[in-house]
Amino acid sequence: MNNNYFEVLRPGINTTYQDTGRFDMQHLGVPPSGCMDKKSFLVANAIVGNEKYNGVIEFAYQGPLLKLINGKTKIAITGDVNFKIIYKNKEIIEGDCNRSYNLNEGDQIDILATKKSAYGYLSIEGGFDLESFCSSVSTLTVAQIGPNNGNKIKLGDKIKIKKINKNNNNFKASISYENTNVIRVLKGPQYDYFSEESKKNFFSHLYKITNLTDRMGTRLKGKILKNIVNTNIRSEGITKGAIQVPADGLPIILLTDYPTIGGYPKIANVISADYDLLVQKIPGTTILFKCIDLKEAQQLYKDRNKDISKIIKNIEAIS
Amino acid sequence: MLKKLNNIGDSAIVCDFGDEVNQSINNGVIKLFNFMRRESALGNIKGILNCTPSYNKLIVSFDLEITNFQNVFNFINSANFKDFDLDHDRKKWTIPICYEFGIDLTNMGKKLKLDKEEIISIHSKSIFFIYMIGFVPGHPFMGDLDSKIFLKRLKTPRVKVPPGSVGIVEKFCNIYPYESPGGWNIVGRTPIKLFNNKNASKPSLLSPGDTIKFKSISKEEFESIKNEQ
Repeated sequence: MNNNYFEVLRPGINTTYQDTGRFDMQHLGVPPSGCMDKKSFLVANAIVGNEKYNGVIEFAYQGPLLKLINGKTKIAITGDVNFKIIYKNKEIIEGDCNRSYNLNEGDQIDILATKKSAYGYLSIEGGFDLESFCSSVSTLTVAQIGPNNGNKIKLGDKIKIKKINKNNNNFKASISYENTNVIRVLKGPQYDYFSEESKKNFFSHLYKITNLTDRMGTRLKGKILKNIVNTNIRSEGITKGAIQVPADGLPIILLTDYPTIGGYPKIANVISADYDLLVQKIPGTTILFKCIDLKEAQQLYKDRNKDISKIIKNIEAIS
Repeated sequence: MLKKLNNIGDSAIVCDFGDEVNQSINNGVIKLFNFMRRESALGNIKGILNCTPSYNKLIVSFDLEITNFQNVFNFINSANFKDFDLDHDRKKWTIPICYEFGIDLTNMGKKLKLDKEEIISIHSKSIFFIYMIGFVPGHPFMGDLDSKIFLKRLKTPRVKVPPGSVGIVEKFCNIYPYESPGGWNIVGRTPIKLFNNKNASKPSLLSPGDTIKFKSISKEEFESIKNEQ
């Protein structure tokens, strides 16, 4: 056992450990959880040379302030994040996302805030030393499942590091984020519960992401959708990105920590290729839904994965 | 049996068994659920992430990097799961309940024009079938109650329902595993923990398809069972 760890001097708002999620448990009421933005998650791990299943620290809006108490490590931050590194000798530098930094005992990372993205990721070389639950180190705070007793990271916590970094090389990734407000969807199972006019409105009017947004879902504001069949359905399993419409006619998009079963009609489902783009939209942003078909959605997902593989393949040493 | 197969989003398939809610339809759902999990564990179908049964549907979600709708559709469409042995995995539970915590029993009695004791007697004699588990971890949706005690949801849902509360609505009965908001008519409370976040091999006590019978206990027994856990 080593004794290398970060101490949490400020936890941030919603700071948790996440990996790619926990599966084969939805029939027991446990959603997959895992990182919200998989692209940023994968790149964060790749920059520090980790396999993709390593757990990272996910933060939202305000991130944590961490001090390395023992050991030596290489870190990377992805997302659109404003952060500083405060070295032990009091030198302070503005951090750049999508590259690695070497930290030594006494150094601090101050993750001030995410800028145009909701979520950011902190990875370390070799990964954090975490106890997994049902093959995953993802945290589901609503049911207190996962590392840290299923809780958010809090003040004074010790964040343990598995491995001591031995080389001082640094690496960077060139990553571009799409800058569009169009979110593509497939028609949902209860699409025809809505009036013709509402179907048109859904795809032609902007919807605003409200403050009522978290890892479970995002409530939207915009044109009210009129249900002409039934505002309740027999409860059925939920899928990630499902857009359900309760009786008030305002859509809710269900996200990574979704309730596993739901009884509201679903007008649409966000395609997998646009999921990361969607979750990174901050409250106040407006989005426009576009309807596509299944074949196109499958192709877009392939293209997106190729894009991520390319980013990872092109990670290069900083000279 | 299986009526329709449709995609739901680009990485899940919904298997629809018909419109009604009854045990025979749900048996079909649970058969396919068990079949899919077994086939996935055996490696006969790749990329399955979750199988989620509900009253009349099974939703199978998959990893779009490994498989796709067409593959999973073809697999389910040609699957022979009708003879899947359900009784093998099906458990019968006796769950203690303290009806002294039945905060809605008096009001229910007024609405139904029944004595509190009659409601308790009907409830405790019923054998409940678990149609599905979900919404939150470990939360069972069960049926079917005797129509003599059918009731609608509370007009104003409670902001907080204590964990372990047992509620009824129409022919259904549930148990709240966590303190949460809720609109069901509360008949009692169980001291049994439904979800154990430390037990990775069996985190949820109950599974879809299991049956439950409630056993009435006193407040003292409630406290002692609660402290034992």
